[in-house]
This record gives sequence, structure tokens and C-alpha cells, in this order.
Amino acid sequence: MRIRIDADRCQGHQMCAVVAPELFGSDDFGNATILIEGAVPPELEAKARRGAGTCPEQAVIIED
Amino acid sequence: MTTTEPVQDWATDYDIFDPGYVRNPYPVAEQLRGTCPIAHTERWGGSWMPTRYDDVVAIAHEYETFTSQQILVTPLPPQMQEGAYGGVAAPPITSDPPDHHWQRRLILPTFSPQSVAKYEPGTRELCHRLIDGFIATGRADAATDYAQQIPVRVIAAMLGVPLEMSDEFTSWVRGVLEVGLTDPVVRMESRNKIIGFFASEIADRQAHPRENDLITELLGAQFEGQPVPVTYVMGVCNLMLVAGIDTTWSSIGSALWHLAQHPDHRAQLSANTDLWPTAIEELLRAYSPVTMARIVAHDTEFQGCPMHTGDRVLMSFPLANRDPSVFENPDEVILDREHNRHVAFGAGIHRCAGSNLARLELRIALRTWMERIPEFELEEPSSVTWAGGQVRGPRVCTVRFPKG
Ligand code: HEM
Ligand code: SF4
Repeated sequence: MRIRIDADRCQGHQMCAVVAPELFGSDDFGNATILIEGAVPPELEAKARRGAGTCPEQAVIIED
Repeated sequence: MTTTEPVQDWATDYDIFDPGYVRNPYPVAEQLRGTCPIAHTERWGGSWMPTRYDDVVAIAHEYETFTSQQILVTPLPPQMQEGAYGGVAAPPITSDPPDHHWQRRLILPTFSPQSVAKYEPGTRELCHRLIDGFIATGRADAATDYAQQIPVRVIAAMLGVPLEMSDEFTSWVRGVLEVGLTDPVVRMESRNKIIGFFASEIADRQAHPRENDLITELLGAQFEGQPVPVTYVMGVCNLMLVAGIDTTWSSIGSALWHLAQHPDHRAQLSANTDLWPTAIEELLRAYSPVTMARIVAHDTEFQGCPMHTGDRVLMSFPLANRDPSVFENPDEVILDREHNRHVAFGAGIHRCAGSNLARLELRIALRTWMERIPEFELEEPSSVTWAGGQVRGPRVCTVRFPKG
């Protein structure tokens, strides 16, 4: 599984980071950043999905 | 401008200031979602009110049709629109693209999670001090003795303005966002006090720039190589005061009102502090305080409703967040709700710039309370009073607890 942020959609709600702080962070403007390199470690996949399901702008993209 | 006739038909004649609706708006919304999901009223200047999540979010996203020319839920009478400070808006909340973009971008770094972290120790100390003031008595008004006292001091510290004026700031903000919604004279007076106050603070910073001072920094900010207009700085200060106080205080108060009645949730939070981040989002969802308005820019049909240029549309985030098509068992508070895409902080380009600060304040205020006062209950449930309209939250909420 890979994750990325659709920067055109992200409005910086930071709700992804609330539920999955291991995966999502914030740039200087509060928009989401991805904190890992490469694939999501298997033990964090559920959290990645939770991050995606929590984003009100549907800006967290999951690529299985 | 008062309408007190009881509502017969909520679909065509709703009243967001109806006392029963202010106390509990959710049953009305549930009924409307099934029959007439976009209600209309002629009351209070007239407006449309969608009750479904998808419609509220669509309106927030379609900023070219639904503009932020006015964002309060009731209009001012036309003769009152231009006062001494008529030219001072509240950017970025009252702006539309393209200006909205730079006006927002300039302040976002101040509110990033990294930047607001520095307010954590001071907020915690403040919460402890407030609790020290009443814990020995075994009773407190969670709304006015606690919740109300916190955000105003955090914002005052952030803006570098006198903390001793906190009670005045609170009354000015309530004058705009509560009393002023149905009393335009109070609204203008309060607005003029706020702008007049910041005019003198700004003059002071121009004469004596300060180190590490937000107003000084804003005055020195540039956009496209030019210093930003002073009216912009005044507008931002105005907005920070108005947007950051009533809202956050209402959220803290609602959360304490909920916890006072739910020993099971208190026990869960005491036993498992890892629950706090999702619990706070869930309390924000279930008791969202803020409703915003938009003005229709051109005649349009939205979900079958004929909307005309100049019409007012309410974006009730509280109602959107109880939509059962998005949230399973929406009226139930589920502290670890799995997928909680609530829009308490709005959606789209105007997403609450202060949301990271608001979350921090909620977390510190609630956790400090629960550490010091893990057991508490409403003294008399029927004595709790609520404000509604633009910002919904308890205004009197007396609780009792074992003396500490
Ligand atoms: C629980 C507390 C809060 C809630 C529920 C809340 C809610 C909202 C909502 C719904 C909006 C969107 C407005 C719109 O779409 O027209 C908004 C905007 C805004 N809020 Fe908050 N707010 C809270 C606390 C704060 C705090 C503490 C600040 C800090 C000063 C703040 C500053 C702002 C600003 C500057 C905007 C305008 C953003 C823009 O237009 O781009 N808010 N807020
Ligand atoms: S929740 Fe969505 S909009 Fe918010 S920061 Fe994360 S990706 Fe961006």
C-alpha cells in the first residue's frame, strides 16, 4: 500500500494527522505531508485507511 | 427585528432562534432531511437551510456561486451597513478568491500545529489556575467559570493585548455573535468597540514596534512587494478575536456538559488516555458550535431550489455532522468513531484557520479538568441554558463534584 496527498484537495484540516500521526504531518501552512518513504508498513495500513476515511476533503489517496 | 410567532412548518418557516431549536436542533433537522432537505424561511431577513452533509459541503466548495460577502446568519438593516468602520472587513473569512488566497496564506503559518504548540504550557497553567479557584467549593459553572475564561486569554496572549481586558473582549464578541444577531444596534456598537480598540493597538505598534509581536509582524508583512494595507491588519485582528473566543468556549462547554452526563465516557477516558484525540474530534462532531452563511452570487438552482442573487444560505455544520448517511448512529457519541469526516471547522477554502489552536485548547482544557475533577455531574439539568444561531453552546452549566 502507498499513500499520497492530493494537494489540490487538501485544505489542512489535519484530521489525518490526528488519527495517524505516524503517517501524516504538517507543512508550514498546515497542509498534510507524508512522513514515511515508500510503502506503508503493514502494521500501519489500517491507520492509513482511517486517515483517508477521516479526511473531509477526501484528499488522502490510497494506492493498493 | 424580532419574530416570536411559534413555528408551524419548519420546512417553509424555520426559526433558528426558536428557544426549543436552540436547545436541541437535531430532531427538526432529522425530520427535514427526510421531507424537505433544504428548508426556507422569511424570518430574520430570509434564508435557505440545507440539512444534509453533502449539500452543506457542496455549498462550501462552490465559492463562486456561494460567496462570503456576508457570513453572519442574519443581515444588518441596509441603513446600518456603513458605520465609522464600514470599510473594515474580517479577512480572510469575509473574502472571496482571488484576494482570499493571499489573505489566508499570510496567517496560516501562525496557526500551524508546530506554531501553536508554544501556547500549550500557558494554557495548561491557566486551566489549573481556574480550577484552583473553585475546586474547594465542590461546584462551578463549567460554562462561565471555566470554558469561557480560556480561549479569550489564549487569543489575547497571541495578539499581545491586555489580558485584564478579557471580560470586555468576551462581551464585545458576544455582542457581535450572540446578542447582535437579533439586535443590530448592539452588533454595530460591539463591532465599533472592537475595531476602535484595534485601531489604537495598531497605532501603538506603528509608533513603538515590538519584538515577537503578531500585530507588529502583520504590519510589516508584504504582498507582491507592497506592505499589506492597515485595514487588512485591523480586519485580521478583528477576526481573530471574534472567531477564536465564542467558538472554542462553546466547544469546551458542550464537551463538559456531555461528560457531566456520561460517567461511562469519563471512565473510558480516564482508563485510556490514548482515546483523547479521537474523542475530541467526536465531541466536535456531535456538538459542532458554528453555523456560517453565504450569499448567492447569481441566480441558480441548487438541488431543485430556485436561489436568487443576494439570497442567504446557511451552512449549518452542526446539522451536517448529524447526517445519518455519513455518520452511523449520528446522535450517539462514539469516542473512537472509526471514520469521522466531520466538518465542525467547515470545508473547502475557508476551513477554520484556527483549528489547530482550537484542538489544542480543547485537549488541554478537557484533560486538565478530567485530571483534577474526574467525577462531576450536572447540578440541575433543567437550569442549563444554551446560545444558538451562529455559535451554539451552553451559557450556564452548573456542575457539582467532590470538594478537592
Ligand atoms: C472549536 C472552535 C472553532 C470552531 C468550531 C471554528 C469553526 C470555524 C468554521 C466553521 C470556519 C469556516 C468559516 C466559513 O466557511 O465561512 C472557521 C473559519 C475561521 N476560523 Fe474558526 N473555529 C474555531 C476556533 C477558531 C480559533 C481558536 C481561531 C483563532 C483565531 C479561529 C480562526 C478562524 C479563522 C481565521 C477563520 C477564517 C478562515 C478563512 O476564511 O480562510 N477559529 N472557523
Ligand atoms: S485531513 Fe485531509 S485536508 Fe486535512 S490535512 Fe489531512 S489530507 Fe489535508
